[in-house]
Amino acid sequence: MTGQAVIELEDVWAGYESDRVLEAVNFRMVAGDYVGLIGPNGGGKTTLVKVILGLIKPERGSVRVMGVSPEKGRQFIGYVPQIQQDDKAFPIKVWDVVSMGRLKPDLLHNLSLKDADKKIVERSLRQMDILDLAKRSINELSGGQRQRVTIARALATEPKILLLDEPTSSVDSRSSSQLYDLLADLNQSISILLISHDLTAISTYVKTIGCVNRRLVYNGQKEITAEMLSSAYECPVDLVAHGLPHRVLPSHQEEDDHD
Amino acid sequence: MIDSIQNMFAYDFMRNALFASLLVGIACGLIGTLVVLNRIVFLGGGIAHAAYGGIGLAYYFGQDPMLGAILFSVLSALGMGAVHLRTKARSDTLIGVMWSIGMAIGIIFVSLTPGFKADLMSYLFGSLLAVSSGDLQVMALVALLVIVLVGFFFRSLQAISFDETFSTVRNLPVTGLYLMMLVMIGLTVVVTMRVVGLIMVIAMLTIPPATANLFLKDMKGMMLLSIGLSWLFSSVGLVVSFALNLQAGSVIILVAALSYLAAAGIKKLAVHPQA
Repeated sequence: MTGQAVIELEDVWAGYESDRVLEAVNFRMVAGDYVGLIGPNGGGKTTLVKVILGLIKPERGSVRVMGVSPEKGRQFIGYVPQIQQDDKAFPIKVWDVVSMGRLKPDLLHNLSLKDADKKIVERSLRQMDILDLAKRSINELSGGQRQRVTIARALATEPKILLLDEPTSSVDSRSSSQLYDLLADLNQSISILLISHDLTAISTYVKTIGCVNRRLVYNGQKEITAEMLSSAYECPVDLVAHGLPHRVLPSHQEEDDHD
Repeated sequence: MIDSIQNMFAYDFMRNALFASLLVGIACGLIGTLVVLNRIVFLGGGIAHAAYGGIGLAYYFGQDPMLGAILFSVLSALGMGAVHLRTKARSDTLIGVMWSIGMAIGIIFVSLTPGFKADLMSYLFGSLLAVSSGDLQVMALVALLVIVLVGFFFRSLQAISFDETFSTVRNLPVTGLYLMMLVMIGLTVVVTMRVVGLIMVIAMLTIPPATANLFLKDMKGMMLLSIGLSWLFSSVGLVVSFALNLQAGSVIILVAALSYLAAAGIKKLAVHPQA
């Protein structure tokens, strides 16, 4: 796929102290794409997210978000973190969580929520179909509802890119497929980068797939290539365990070709 | 009963004590809520104890102990905050170390200072009945500062407390806000120390918000109810301590703790009536 790059990583090496997690990562995500990155647990998915968000400085290599440094470019990213199961039980209402999407670096702007901001918060809640939950405490919500709140907060930032880290980890399968339908709708106007260890779920929805396991294999295509399987050798183990959907396999690997 | 309470407050020192606990209650309600929600209660305890170093130094050099306490608590708050921000995982160890260093410095300088030192006990256990009008001014200033800062920056403080990473990604000045919060904690600790003593500061910071959190599920409500509860606990504690001739700070803490337990019990019965 060609087009304007929204995220660009060139020869990125990153990790923590002596523990290197990512090696020689090259990645170019173009505008309008819907990328699913899979990989085993501990394969560096979360580190990759942190590098893109400028939360970790890579040892080597360059990172560009919307053509600028991640610290600047991350303002265009609607970040949807993984929901923590043991979340502090923080006393806060859905409306207040989503309003956080309107916070700006300028503290004076944040003194109160302006009318224009309120409209955006309301629109984001409506987009995720949770306007009726606005007054509820987040602690009363199900995993799926909470995930929608987190996505609504990201949408309230009016992002160019939506970056989701394991969005369905605490969501039952029915709400997770609803969630993916919503994301597919959102993709009509926003580029989406989805990180997950669950290939089966995402493979039916994304436009292009990559695989992270220390190294990143990504060709801007939907198929999982032999190169991906060999260089990120742990991935196929995950694939077999979850049952591999036909459509992501290159046809020459299939005995009886359904597609 | 009403008569005897009225008689109690005929004394200047009782009026000062009541006024002091009302002012301190404001700071404790607002800042205690932030301490509880950010899960930095241990850090609050560390600041309170490190402040003793400042008290000891001030005594030794013949300065106002309150001044020494403010200096030490603000500096240790910033130091512990820097450690907490940088090394999330091991920060409790380092905070424990600073906690002890402060106490050690305090004890050494107090023992080096010649003369009668009964007054120093008041910093450990509080001396609500000995609050001076100068103390009241400091308390009023701290209460005002905390109201203004928390009021103005409420949304930003709520954001960094709820989700620090998201706030960083939105490029909020997270470190600045965090350090501002810590300085407010330091100042609140110092004025609370006058009421219940540095050893029991943690209780005053945590029990009212914890009680409020049993019933309220948003941060603003929690702050306001915490202030009300602080007022209730300290006025009831003050009256009871006067009537029974007991040390005021300790009675206030026991009133608060018993109220918390009762409230938790009531809530449990209300949620699971059969249990």
